[in-house]
Amino acid sequence: MVRIRLIRTRTGTERIKNMDLNLIWFILVGVLLAGYAILDGFDLGVGTLHLFAKGDNERRLMLNSIGPVWDGNEVWLVTAGGALFAAFPDVYATLASGFYLAVFLLLFSLIFRAVAIEFRSKQPFAWWRQAWDVAFSIASILCAFLLGVVIGNLVWGIPLGADKEFHGTFFGLLNPYALLCGVTILSVCMMHGSIYIVMKTEGTFHDKARYWAKNCLIFFVICYMILTMATMLYVPAMVERLRLHPILFLVPAINLLAIVNIPRCISQGRNFFAFLSSCTAIILLMLLFGLGIFPNMVLSNPDPQYSLTIYNASSSPKTLGIMLAIALIGMPIVLAYTISIYWIFRGKVKLDEHSY
Amino acid sequence: MDLLILSRIQFAVTIMFHYIYPPMSIGLGLIIVIMESMSMITKNPLYHKMTEFWVKMFGLNFVIGVATGIVMEFEFGTNWSTYSRYVGDVFGSALAAEGIFAFFLESGFLAVLLFGRDKVSPRMYWLSALLVCLGAHFSAIWIIVAGSWMQTPAGFHIVGHGVTARAEITDFWAMVFNPSSMERLSHVLVSAWITGAFFVLSVSAYYLLKKRHIEFAKVSMRVALIVALIAVVGQMITGRTSAETVAQYQPTKLAVMEGHFPANEPAGMYLFGYVDEKSQEVKYGLKIPGFVSFLMYGDSAKPIAGIKSFKKEDLPPINIVFQSYHLMIVLGLFLFVLTIACLIYLWRGKLFETTWLLKILVPAVLLPQIANQLGWMTAEIGRQPWIVYRLLRTSEGLSKAIRADVVLTSLIMFTFIYLLLFVLYIYLLDSKIKHGPDQVDQDTHGHRAD
Repeated sequence: MVRIRLIRTRTGTERIKNMDLNLIWFILVGVLLAGYAILDGFDLGVGTLHLFAKGDNERRLMLNSIGPVWDGNEVWLVTAGGALFAAFPDVYATLASGFYLAVFLLLFSLIFRAVAIEFRSKQPFAWWRQAWDVAFSIASILCAFLLGVVIGNLVWGIPLGADKEFHGTFFGLLNPYALLCGVTILSVCMMHGSIYIVMKTEGTFHDKARYWAKNCLIFFVICYMILTMATMLYVPAMVERLRLHPILFLVPAINLLAIVNIPRCISQGRNFFAFLSSCTAIILLMLLFGLGIFPNMVLSNPDPQYSLTIYNASSSPKTLGIMLAIALIGMPIVLAYTISIYWIFRGKVKLDEHSY
Repeated sequence: MDLLILSRIQFAVTIMFHYIYPPMSIGLGLIIVIMESMSMITKNPLYHKMTEFWVKMFGLNFVIGVATGIVMEFEFGTNWSTYSRYVGDVFGSALAAEGIFAFFLESGFLAVLLFGRDKVSPRMYWLSALLVCLGAHFSAIWIIVAGSWMQTPAGFHIVGHGVTARAEITDFWAMVFNPSSMERLSHVLVSAWITGAFFVLSVSAYYLLKKRHIEFAKVSMRVALIVALIAVVGQMITGRTSAETVAQYQPTKLAVMEGHFPANEPAGMYLFGYVDEKSQEVKYGLKIPGFVSFLMYGDSAKPIAGIKSFKKEDLPPINIVFQSYHLMIVLGLFLFVLTIACLIYLWRGKLFETTWLLKILVPAVLLPQIANQLGWMTAEIGRQPWIVYRLLRTSEGLSKAIRADVVLTSLIMFTFIYLLLFVLYIYLLDSKIKHGPDQVDQDTHGHRAD
């Protein structure tokens, strides 16, 4: 795992300062992505389950449960993209151009999701609504799956050259490990989304959502087990850091506890805590991913010496410092009003004249 | 076709389509704040209904703006990755700031406007309208700072050389307040206000002509006309300062905009014309001699560097920049005259019965949109052949990991999807307008039942 290469020569103190900022930004990009995962994760999940809801009323409940918050959730991805561009321009450039078709498929899915939510309620015709329901659901499934494929490739490694450029093909990105990751992320979103619906609904639809939540949880646990085995067998480097620092085994241990806590909370009717457990599980999964790849951001496979690390792919310390100031000013404000907006729209979803 | 031209077309398609929506959000956002403020002050429920109706329009517009905007966030990396590596240290921070300071604000509080009417107090509802409007304006600030840096780079130095060269920031505030950013920002914001105002004018004029929602249309029209007045006057001022900045920092662009060929002579202003790039002259034109020199330097005899004084490889395509610039000015002047005419008729109390003027206002919604696009064409095509002015050529900014056929695939996909979106947008907008504001005619005089 000793892949750190400092390509610039600096004095000792400068180097330490630089390393700190790089590490901070690795963590901050991780925080933004984790924010995206727990927030957009549930509305993607609602989308994946959308077609299981039958009838206009149930589907409107699904849509309106995420109605006021889904576009704010997507901003986390936009901001993570901007932060990556600013803090690690080489990572942003290599990934976006290397994953070209995958990125655009993801963007097209995001477009269709957005307009499907907005357009569906604007006309009463059954065919119109059915068409947007299908678009919404397929786009959500594709989104979750593609995000997983990208994560899978970051773990597996992609062919990079000395010029930091991607030298593979689109179909090379669809390797079995990446596909497995895609299915796993899909299962994560389905679990997270189903718990969110359980939390936001009441009556018979609530019972239906509980049934979904149970099945989605089983699906997730199966995917998670297979992915863990595949990772330990084929990408042992991902767990290397845990072996070196046994204290880190707390992370997967707490992760397991959080997952086990989900069915416990649902059966007790403490749905909000089930949702929080699901959030915790997702954050810890992201943490495991970060611990596994660090200090690489994009692993080069088969030539690991060309990997993009948090040091050789970053912006200057000055920019990282400025960005940190922006983040320290901006993020507390963002968190404050994100929480207040969730507070305003708390409680069970009800349909009224303003609903989708 | 080669990679460069395909990537440029794709960027043009995606950014021009995207740019239909943000100016509407900015302009309409401002108008909604004014209406909701009036509602707070006068307690007249008509204003409340007006906010409700225009917020619905805003919502539809915003969703497509967001969906097409996410594309922009990643397209720098997909097609222009060499550019991204080169400028990331400078350009990226502005983009990240946009996300943190603007998008969260706008999307978060729009939810309150759209769904939270019964969940929050009137004061909170007003605050949400204000924050949505501010968010829309903030997003313009940061993206224009980033774009202006590409026009007039400042506050940076170049580190490394050859393929590893890149711009690194030396002075953040010098980058933010680069020579053209404030001029361009003010020019863009007022044009966005015009866009929003003329949208409201158009819909209101339609209702007046159809004799529906009369009271609603009259009051909406008054608010929009005040915004339009401030904006069209502002447009004259900011247009001139923007041109001055171009004259000072981007001499190639100025020469091409004005179709000024002679190497070192006073520049005249063409009111119209056709640029013949072969014979290097402007044909069928009408020219005011020395007028550009006079406008920029207050001296009609001041020589200005013309097209002939630059190397051909440093020049943008001439005729398209010349024509978009001139057409933009014509549209700007027309909107100025139209606004003033409407105000005169309003003052004399005849506007709402003057059918011919209302009939002009209905299609006039398109004019600010066209002028916006032409303005960007002038600015961005005029910057060519540079992606960052006099630092990095557009052809040098391309991604190395992509092929032309792949870009062609994504371009076809974009064209198809965006056409579909546009048709649906117009269809839904049309049905919303025809449906009109809810029950407004019954309670025009403040006797709302609920």
